[in-house]
Amino acid sequence: MEALLLQLFAGVSIGSVLLLAALGLSLTFGQMGVINMSHGEMMMAGAYTAFVVQQVIGDAGVSLLVSLPVGFVVGGLVGLLVEVLVIRHMYHRPLDTLLVTFGISLILQQVARDIFGAPAKQVAAPTWLDGAVDVLGLDLPLARLFILLLAVVCAGGLAAVMMLTPLGRRLRATVQNRDLAESLGIDTRRTDAMAFFIGSGLAAVAGVALTLIGSTGPTLGTTYLVDAFLVVVVGGIGQIRGAVIAAFVLGLMQSVFEYSTSASIGRVLLLLAVVAFLQLRPQGLFSVRSRSLA
Amino acid sequence: MKNTRTRLWAGTAVAATAALVLSACGAKADESGTAAAGESCIDTSGDSVKVGFLNSLSGTMAISEQTVADSLALAAKEINADGGIDGKQLEVVQEDGASDPDTFAQKATQLIQQDCVAAVFGGWTSASRKAMLPVFESNGSILFYPVQYEGLESSPNIFYTGATTNQQIIPALDYLAEQGTTSLYLVGSDYVFPRTANKIIRQYAEAHDIEILGEDYLPLGETNGVSTIVNKVKKAGADAVFNTFNGDQNVAFFKEYKNVGLSAEQMPVVSVSIAEEEVPGVGVANLVGQLTAWNYYQTVDTPENAAFVKAFKAEYGQDRVTSDPMEAAYNSLYLYKEMVEKAGSFEPADVIDASEGVTFAAPEGEITVHENHHVSKTFLMGKVNKDGLIDVIDSSDGPIEPDPFLETYDWWQG
Repeated sequence: MEALLLQLFAGVSIGSVLLLAALGLSLTFGQMGVINMSHGEMMMAGAYTAFVVQQVIGDAGVSLLVSLPVGFVVGGLVGLLVEVLVIRHMYHRPLDTLLVTFGISLILQQVARDIFGAPAKQVAAPTWLDGAVDVLGLDLPLARLFILLLAVVCAGGLAAVMMLTPLGRRLRATVQNRDLAESLGIDTRRTDAMAFFIGSGLAAVAGVALTLIGSTGPTLGTTYLVDAFLVVVVGGIGQIRGAVIAAFVLGLMQSVFEYSTSASIGRVLLLLAVVAFLQLRPQGLFSVRSRSLA
Repeated sequence: MKNTRTRLWAGTAVAATAALVLSACGAKADESGTAAAGESCIDTSGDSVKVGFLNSLSGTMAISEQTVADSLALAAKEINADGGIDGKQLEVVQEDGASDPDTFAQKATQLIQQDCVAAVFGGWTSASRKAMLPVFESNGSILFYPVQYEGLESSPNIFYTGATTNQQIIPALDYLAEQGTTSLYLVGSDYVFPRTANKIIRQYAEAHDIEILGEDYLPLGETNGVSTIVNKVKKAGADAVFNTFNGDQNVAFFKEYKNVGLSAEQMPVVSVSIAEEEVPGVGVANLVGQLTAWNYYQTVDTPENAAFVKAFKAEYGQDRVTSDPMEAAYNSLYLYKEMVEKAGSFEPADVIDASEGVTFAAPEGEITVHENHHVSKTFLMGKVNKDGLIDVIDSSDGPIEPDPFLETYDWWQG
């Protein structure tokens, strides 16, 4: 029983990691239809920001809390740069963007390797996230609880921005009907750039959080890219609540499959389940209702 | 219409996913090396001779292979300062294998046929070695491979200066058995080395009354699954864990291991792929007290090692560490020097004929090349200390003869 409950927690924890990795992608992929293969490198940028901040500040606890906002800005700026220099010129050419951003991903990885060296860097976890906390007789690792909390805060924050702010309204208007939004005076180019900034920033926040449970190396992002795309596609493109539900469902499925079989077979079963689901609902869990004819 | 577009996006994303997955496991064998074996084009007429270093300086394996390239360069510099091999200065051609087995095969061909090198040093993953093997055999050239591996191979054209399984895994199991271990949990990355290692461990365990409580693998590159595996390990409660994870998976595994409250005191983890170089990446705090199985550590107490560590730090910086594969690579160039000088020739066929019985006073202790092209090595059980270095806590009685096919072990069924 204890093992089962721990396993359920593992599933929720995997779900929270998936959600953090996918939130930013759901914005860029959903908002602009850009298949951004360099999304993982924004996560990497966040992880290295955490490393650099820790080198400067020293104290692991303070540096983690400082890294989260700083990582957001650094990742966002990298994303913005990529958008302005490259992606902006390739809207409506999804396959080209796919290839170009894949190239950007390789370039960014090599840049990281040249700056920080190939070996993985160690980002020390704060002592207050060491070990586990006893919840109803279960030892739940604090680092994973922190990531869960962070994922919930980020998803909530993004939802609030989308629903309550003028920027959110512009974003939603643009995603629902770009031409109409433009005709109402919304600068959709600027809106796109903002979406890219926020999406990449969120990816970097995910990267900062991942230093608590994984390694900080040039290939950090590639590990999570596929999973992030799965979450977005299953959740329904451009849908935050879809991403939230999909992340936790996929996380739980992965943990249950892996526990009852092995990691490789569990992975196969998960992908088969996703393929079957997309046959039934190609639009994902939720889809944008729109009168657009495009 | 809307629906079609969504379908297109979804389809493209799935295609992208598939491409990523495929590229991650694109380790297919290569049919390079079509040139017929025969007279080599090695030029020994001048006062120098070319040798090739082939290591991944880019890609995922660069993290490990750069260190091997560094120690090879140090050995070449030392040998040249000391008069070279047979009076000839070494002229190094360094190539990048780019962490891709096909690239290794292609660059090896290029080194042999175009650069006309006398021998090649490098390779790390078994996939890279398997891809290069036909190139060296068909061209009649030689490769020195510096990394511990899964054994069950013995090419006349390859010299294996790292450990085979009976010099690393089996003595580590002997150590655990002596300590009274009666149950083990096996975890590893899903590729050839961990699968073969665990097959050997299972047969050993059966013959020595050790119970295997579980065996779990993570696909390469996947780290989300560690929480499930650590849960299984914790629930099974074995006496010890035998770990054949590599790279990033070690980092995720040990962080999770510590976070769920497991420790080296209650359930030690024996690792065969964590050396001094990997310790900082995993985090010293996450590794203190855990066990490692190798044939060399930076802390080994021999005059040769003191000189090696000093020279390495002088060359590359005081913060650098030395590890088993680096030492094995360093040794390989010196073994090659001895072989050439014994043969009186740089021709690969002559070097191979002269190889048996060649010895070198290595940092780890004296090593000897055997008929099967592996070297005898002393086994050292290590324990990670709080400085991130590894202390020797037990060793075999002298060097262990290499037995890549485990022919001398009656419990081995193949």
